[in-house]
Amino acid sequence: MTEINYVFETHGLNIFYGNFLAVADVNINIPRHKITAIIGPSGCGKSTLLRAFNRMNELVPDTHIHGEVLFEGQNLYEKSVDPVEVRYRIGMVFQKPNPFPKSIYENVAWAARIHGHKGNMDELVESSLRQAALWDEVKDILHSSGLAISGGQQQRLCIARAIAVKPEVILMDEPASALDPIATLKIEELMQELKQKYTIVIVTHNMQQAARVSDHTAMMMLNGGATRSGTVIEFDETNKIFTRPTDKRTEDYVTGRFG
Amino acid sequence: MAKKTANGLKQDKDPARPLLNLKKRRRPGEIVIQSLLFFTGFFSIFTTISIVYELGKEAWLFFRTPAVNLLEFLTGTKWQPHIEEFGILPLATATLVTTAIAMAIAIPLGLAAAIYLSEYASKKMRNTLKPILEVLAGIPTIVYGYFALTFVTPLLRSVFGNDIVEIYNTGSAGLVMGILILPLIASISEDALNAVPRALREAAYGLGATKLEVAVKIVLPAALSGIAAAVILGISRAIGETMIVAVAAGAGPNFTLNPFKAAETMTGHIVRISGGDLSYDSIDYNSIFAIGLMLFFLTLTLNIISQRFVRRFREVYE
Repeated sequence: MTEINYVFETHGLNIFYGNFLAVADVNINIPRHKITAIIGPSGCGKSTLLRAFNRMNELVPDTHIHGEVLFEGQNLYEKSVDPVEVRYRIGMVFQKPNPFPKSIYENVAWAARIHGHKGNMDELVESSLRQAALWDEVKDILHSSGLAISGGQQQRLCIARAIAVKPEVILMDEPASALDPIATLKIEELMQELKQKYTIVIVTHNMQQAARVSDHTAMMMLNGGATRSGTVIEFDETNKIFTRPTDKRTEDYVTGRFG
Repeated sequence: MAKKTANGLKQDKDPARPLLNLKKRRRPGEIVIQSLLFFTGFFSIFTTISIVYELGKEAWLFFRTPAVNLLEFLTGTKWQPHIEEFGILPLATATLVTTAIAMAIAIPLGLAAAIYLSEYASKKMRNTLKPILEVLAGIPTIVYGYFALTFVTPLLRSVFGNDIVEIYNTGSAGLVMGILILPLIASISEDALNAVPRALREAAYGLGATKLEVAVKIVLPAALSGIAAAVILGISRAIGETMIVAVAAGAGPNFTLNPFKAAETMTGHIVRISGGDLSYDSIDYNSIFAIGLMLFFLTLTLNIISQRFVRRFREVYE
């Protein structure tokens, strides 16, 4: 049997906020050790879809889901599945850098500690910060507040924090949208490094960014029906999405003719 | 006239471009509002200063009397004005015992209630429970006093025995005071917990933290300054609380740390003495101002300590 190359598979995924169907009928497979971008206009449910992959949506009351999200072949929404375990294995980086109001060291060590990390914490902190390309900048100020560094550094700290628990997947929700172009470039370079070890799913507003960093792209758009639900209208290799899209709406969007 | 500008270009007055009116305008409304706000702020500070002045003045009259000396006042274990013994310790220990018991009830229960309301309760639950909790804080303290005397004291006596628990005792007053202060601590702490940004909680959940870990290890430390404020407010309230102790704790200074014995707190004593017929400028009369001044210093010290504490341990999230 060949290796299964998909980390996530969604089958008929529908996400509701109360009665409102926010994301309708998504069927995509997220390939392993690749970067998958989710693009599309504002309000089409990109973040909602991303948050379905680590069950973050349910922190908002009244959210529910129909359909399946398979993670390594297991349905994440099975009754017996513990969302805490899910989020432990599927890390997340948010739009606005949100380091804990603790020291840089403690930011990285915190999650490992609550998961009962046995081993050298100093080493774990250093290797996580190195992987996040932040070590050289903060190695002398490890015990200063995680909020005392620049926004770009804070975001890399959040990535280091996610890496420290050794997840399989890192979900990134517009990780660079609050950063300047230089900090953005650093995050993008970092993503290329990280995909050797992790599967990355990134939501981005920025089409150039999707084109630059991702291997696969999911194009989302409101489906135009009465419910105003978002859905994935096209999912393919990034290269193809940006050069020979099959859907007219994708073509209009990526060439800037949208609207 | 041509004028040189910074980049060396000449700028002429252009008749085709009339000057915009950018002159300063008078805004009398602004001035009125500003002075009004200043006055109200000033008034509250002025009142505080006046109170301290009045306390200090009368207390000074007390300390000036030959029968009194400061050291004896602070360390004496007998408060018997009729034989000119003025040691504040019996009153202070009673205040200490009632306050300690009250806080032992109010801090853990109040914090637990706050964490439940902020982190666990559904929105509907929270919107129902919080107003109810706040109603508790609105019950007149005299009612709490009788609750202590007619319900909690008999309960304590039936549990620990009539010969151990006196009819008036600091324990029952302290317990009921704890119940009185609980909603105050719960409500203010809940506000502080609720003010912690969602993004911090999401960050922790995203790392696979459980609800308890998020609440206790992320949200609680971030809200520490607000919680400390709640606790200090609670302690100040406990030290200053008068009606419950006047009704239930006992009417006579008693130097003891035993919560089952009757003892009179500083506030309880002030209330009893000032209720009697005291002649103005007598030593008894002046002594209650000295006690008042002590109360003032106690709460002031607590405030300073808490500010230090907060500055030391606070996790600033902005």
